[in-house]
Amino acid sequence: MARYNTSEFKSGLKIMLDNDPYNIVENEFVKPGKGQAFSRVRVRNLKTGRVIERTFKSGESVEAADVIETEMQYLYNDSTEWHFMVTDTYEQFAADETAVGDTKQWLKEEDRCMVTLWNGQPLSITPPNFVTLKVTDTDPGVKGDTSGGGSKPATLETGAVVRVPLFVQIDEVIKVDTRTGEYVSRA
Amino acid sequence: MTAWQPSASIAALKQRAQIIQQIRTFFAQRNVLEVETPLICEHTVSDPYLNSFTCVDPTNQQTLGFLQTSPEYAMKRLLAAGSGDIFEITKAFRQGEAGKQHHPEFTMLEWYRVGFDHHTLMDEVDSLLQLILGVPAGERVSYSQAFENTLHLNPHTATVEALSHAAQQTDATIHFEQRDDWLDFLFGHVIGPGLGHGKPTFLYDFPASQAALARIRPDTPPVAERFEVFVNGIELANGYHELNDPVEQEKRFTDDLAKREQLGAAGIPIDTKLLAALQHGMPACAGVALGLDRLLMLALGVSNIAQVMSFTDPLSHLHDTA
Repeated sequence: MARYNTSEFKSGLKIMLDNDPYNIVENEFVKPGKGQAFSRVRVRNLKTGRVIERTFKSGESVEAADVIETEMQYLYNDSTEWHFMVTDTYEQFAADETAVGDTKQWLKEEDRCMVTLWNGQPLSITPPNFVTLKVTDTDPGVKGDTSGGGSKPATLETGAVVRVPLFVQIDEVIKVDTRTGEYVSRA
Repeated sequence: MTAWQPSASIAALKQRAQIIQQIRTFFAQRNVLEVETPLICEHTVSDPYLNSFTCVDPTNQQTLGFLQTSPEYAMKRLLAAGSGDIFEITKAFRQGEAGKQHHPEFTMLEWYRVGFDHHTLMDEVDSLLQLILGVPAGERVSYSQAFENTLHLNPHTATVEALSHAAQQTDATIHFEQRDDWLDFLFGHVIGPGLGHGKPTFLYDFPASQAALARIRPDTPPVAERFEVFVNGIELANGYHELNDPVEQEKRFTDDLAKREQLGAAGIPIDTKLLAALQHGMPACAGVALGLDRLLMLALGVSNIAQVMSFTDPLSHLHDTA
């Protein structure tokens, strides 16, 4: 596996630390006028999401992590795994519950997601920023109230529950921001 | 679209020009002579942790010289030749140094005062900072006191175990072979960032092992008559009560070259002309180098060195651009 020297460090670089893949969030060059130079990095563990700080001596090298992000189409869930496909090559990947995590509540068949692969296995899934999903259950609300002044929970076709305005009814299709989990508009 | 614009605003460049003018006036009033020394030098610094750019003669591919990392050796030859007090505002170059406070090509203000020791020179640096930054008078803290204050350790006597224990509070995975590297790590990560808040901190009397080109005073323990200046946690200047003993100077060169070899750094020729100048006789003096771009960062209240430089693009690939 390739190695990266500290002089190649920059944000976005994927490296291996303590057998886990990490993404460099921030790299700061630290050097006193006299004495040893360092690279002080903030890194995110791509498995757990936890951010830690590490210091490397200038000139040290670390193992590169074989991590790539690929756009894939979400196919289906077979109750234990979630299946994705690279549409250009028809190559399919199966992600387990750990990799899918909370993203599963936004996965609608045929939507395109970013799949992070580590050593060829899905490590995490990033849903589209906005998804359009059908409301499968919500209280009828007050008929004729279109003022938008108030909200209620609505269950969507993927199982996600979001707060929607009172006028939104069952079977309507709405647009949701997956980064915040908030209702945006009727689709 | 090609990004052709400067990295500093025009307003910042105007302030830069004004501050440089103030500095020239400051030295003119003190009868300190402005000098210019070459950027391409036959010899370069022996500091084991500095790497110079080399200049190659295109006609025969031979090394012509080095882009200077500081004008120190040339200025000392001027002092030996009888220049008296001198200052220089010059570009300096350090390979591999790029970050928020570093750029491989930067501007240095360096000056030498005949008959001064490091404390008298600290007084003068203090006056300059009050003038340019509008800060109150600085505080003086010895290197050893700074370690005691922050880590409750004596940097001169603490064992490597004690130093490594303290360092591993910051990063449990860090490891060094040399005692001074532990000190540097603790200083750079724990102590330095806490210095110079509210008023500049003048840190003085470094361990003899970190003397660089400062005189060593034979106290118990012996200390290097060296100082550094910190403002808002930023290392702004480094000064010495200058070593002017040619025998000791040659020994420091030899020690540095041995350390360079041990670190795998490029071998460099010893500056025999500096040694010859010291043999001729350099007056007792103190000198200091101040990062002019960092001074401007502090004056303008910006956090990235590129914001005070007209252009950084020829070397911007060396920076993390995020």
